[in-house]
Amino acid sequence: MEGGFYTLQDFMTFTKGITYLIMIVSLCAITGFWLFLTDRDTDTQPVEHHKAEHH
Amino acid sequence: MSLTRRRFLGWIGAAGASTVLGRSANASSTVHFKGYADSFAILHDITLCVGCRACEAACNKVNELPPPELPFKDLTVLNQKRRTTAKAFTVVNRFENEKNSKQPVFVKKQCNHCLEPACASACFVKAFKKTPEGAVSYDQSVCVGCRYCMVACPFEIPAYEYDNVFSPRVMKCTMCHPRILKGQLPGCVEACPKEAISFGKRKDILNIARERIMKHPERYLDHIYGETEMGGTSWLYISGTPFKQTGMREDLGITPAPELTSGALGAVPIVVGLWPVLLTGIYAISQRKEKVSAEEQALAVAEAVEKTEATAKQKLAGELEKARKDAQKDKDSAIKQAVKKALDEAASVKQEASDV
Amino acid sequence: MSEKTLSVNKSLLTPFNIFAGIVLVIGAVITVLRFTKGLAAVTNLSDNNPWGLWIGFDLLCGVSLAAGGFVTSAAVYIFGMKRYHSAVRPAILTGFLGYALVVFALHYDVGRPWRLPYPFIVQQGTTSLLFEVGACVALYLTVLFIEFTPAAMEWLGLKKARNIVVRLTMLLTIFGVVLSTLHQSSLGALYLIAPSKLHPLWYSTYLPVYFFVSSIIAGLSMVLFESTLSHHYFEDKMDETHLKENTGVTLGFGKAASLVLAGYFTIKIIGLAISNNWHYLTTGYGAWFLFELLGFVALPCFLYAVGVRDKNVKLIRWTALLTVLGIVLNRLNISLIAFNWQLPSSERYFPHWMEIMVSVFIVVVGILVFRFIVTKMPILYEHPDYKDTH
Repeated sequence: MEGGFYTLQDFMTFTKGITYLIMIVSLCAITGFWLFLTDRDTDTQPVEHHKAEHH
Repeated sequence: MSLTRRRFLGWIGAAGASTVLGRSANASSTVHFKGYADSFAILHDITLCVGCRACEAACNKVNELPPPELPFKDLTVLNQKRRTTAKAFTVVNRFENEKNSKQPVFVKKQCNHCLEPACASACFVKAFKKTPEGAVSYDQSVCVGCRYCMVACPFEIPAYEYDNVFSPRVMKCTMCHPRILKGQLPGCVEACPKEAISFGKRKDILNIARERIMKHPERYLDHIYGETEMGGTSWLYISGTPFKQTGMREDLGITPAPELTSGALGAVPIVVGLWPVLLTGIYAISQRKEKVSAEEQALAVAEAVEKTEATAKQKLAGELEKARKDAQKDKDSAIKQAVKKALDEAASVKQEASDV
Repeated sequence: MSEKTLSVNKSLLTPFNIFAGIVLVIGAVITVLRFTKGLAAVTNLSDNNPWGLWIGFDLLCGVSLAAGGFVTSAAVYIFGMKRYHSAVRPAILTGFLGYALVVFALHYDVGRPWRLPYPFIVQQGTTSLLFEVGACVALYLTVLFIEFTPAAMEWLGLKKARNIVVRLTMLLTIFGVVLSTLHQSSLGALYLIAPSKLHPLWYSTYLPVYFFVSSIIAGLSMVLFESTLSHHYFEDKMDETHLKENTGVTLGFGKAASLVLAGYFTIKIIGLAISNNWHYLTTGYGAWFLFELLGFVALPCFLYAVGVRDKNVKLIRWTALLTVLGIVLNRLNISLIAFNWQLPSSERYFPHWMEIMVSVFIVVVGILVFRFIVTKMPILYEHPDYKDTH
């Protein structure tokens, strides 16, 4: 049987279980990512990353 | 159990292999789960049942259920339509036979041990399990008593011990799973004097049923109830009377219960994945709007202030100029007057001098 | 904040308090009966009707009417509508109490309430929508509790803790909307598994969508309803901002409710078309369905719109009550009235008076706790030490 499952019920129990774990992980991950993304939002001036020419 | 490197690599390998070899499947794909090939089933030939209730008595005995109010030999209970209860895993009901009013039809009712049980799909503690032998088993050690299984069952089978305070259980036919594992027959099958119920492998039972129907088309309707209903059940029925008239619903469809909710379940992780993104986006847009409108407002205020200042300056300058001009005018006229006065005085003095 | 309360010597024996006291006593007695004699002694639940008033009203209505929390905080913090800010704390409080009472009510209904944590810690029935409902409600109750704590911490003077929690607002709001979307819709999805038991006019593959959209309507209307009652009974606790923003909240929420009701009405009609069940409209159940759809969806949609256009705050407030009743009617229809419609009337369910009493008891407990919190903590007013720090 597909992946060792004989019934749709067993198949879904397995896949939904994995899905729930992924949901928990992704909620934590997206929180971290959001903080990373918005970390420097309070800075008002854009930072120059290239060396400016000195005259 | 400690995790050795070898075991870990073994798991990774197995996961990889199964990903490559196994096919992905979800409820909407073409993969069809055929169930356990060797699972058992029971054929109930309704045309053979005489309503003796021997099966009910045997079930009561095998499962050590409490004695009933009226003894099993009492057939007056058949005057009412009964359903399974917390004390009766199976009941026999009597129905009108449209072909022969003198010979009523009797039907045994119990858990149908569906191939894809609705109760198992509904249970949030996985208390129900479709065993390889075909029985749908119930684990009372984890049951919380939410009774969602009773809502889910399309055949209205599970009953509940509402009068039990500390250990109420869901009660339903077990297909005598412990007996089957020992190689014995379910209690009801063994007790039936008319062989109205036969036990065997599901594939064999289906063949027997088809054969009977083919051999006696005048006796049976051409339909095996339970072959496809709700995705298929382990109790299969053949009858001469339309099933609708024997208390069995013909409008249940063939969709297995887990498929009924798989769509909604599938949407859940998508919400978890996308909502935070959407909401953050809306938040960012509303923040930006606010920022822009605040900037515009500040700009407008600054312009207004500037304009007011400029107007005020202009006005002030104008008034200053006017005041200066007026002052000059006054000065000029004052000088003129003084000069005139001096001239007049000089003229009068001259006049006085010439008179003497 | 007015000083009126100091000069008035209020007797504790107000009519409401006497009524509440009686309800509390009867409720306590029934509670003892429930846990000494079992469900059979206090309910009319049966094998054909496993879910009764406690699920239909306490769970389904309770959860939908507590939706004001996520709706209001989303409006203020995500959509940036700062003019509704004074409505956030009362909405969060109503939400928190609503969900807490739902969990409390669940302890009466399930056969073994001490096993309620089992789906999380023993065995996970991941194919079950009830599992999903349970997980989300548990998580959301936690989120609501955390969102409520700043008010309590301000009351207790825990400045530092309070500031930490307030910084989490954005995150909690987003989590709240995600979790609310999930469990509000999943409560509807519970009934997807029983197409043979729910009347075709109410059964639809869109049940989860219907429940989610109507929960937004319920949330908006409950905020208006709760604010009407608070203005009547707790006006002396309200600060200037709260009183000033009130008309804006009423008009704004009324407008939003009108719009969402219009959308809800549309998707209900679409659901009818997709299942091609028009012929049921001419039956008795059909008339009842139309009564619900026209009297409690279309009508409040129109009344809200009129109220907003004419700036008629009174009309909007009455429409909020009508809408709340409509949501209750919808949930009761799906769980009790249109459910098991195929059974003969002798086998249909009507709640035992004790079931009704327990539900009344739970609502009264909620009102009493609400009253305590609102009169003691900065819900309807801003604590002077924390002004403008939201």
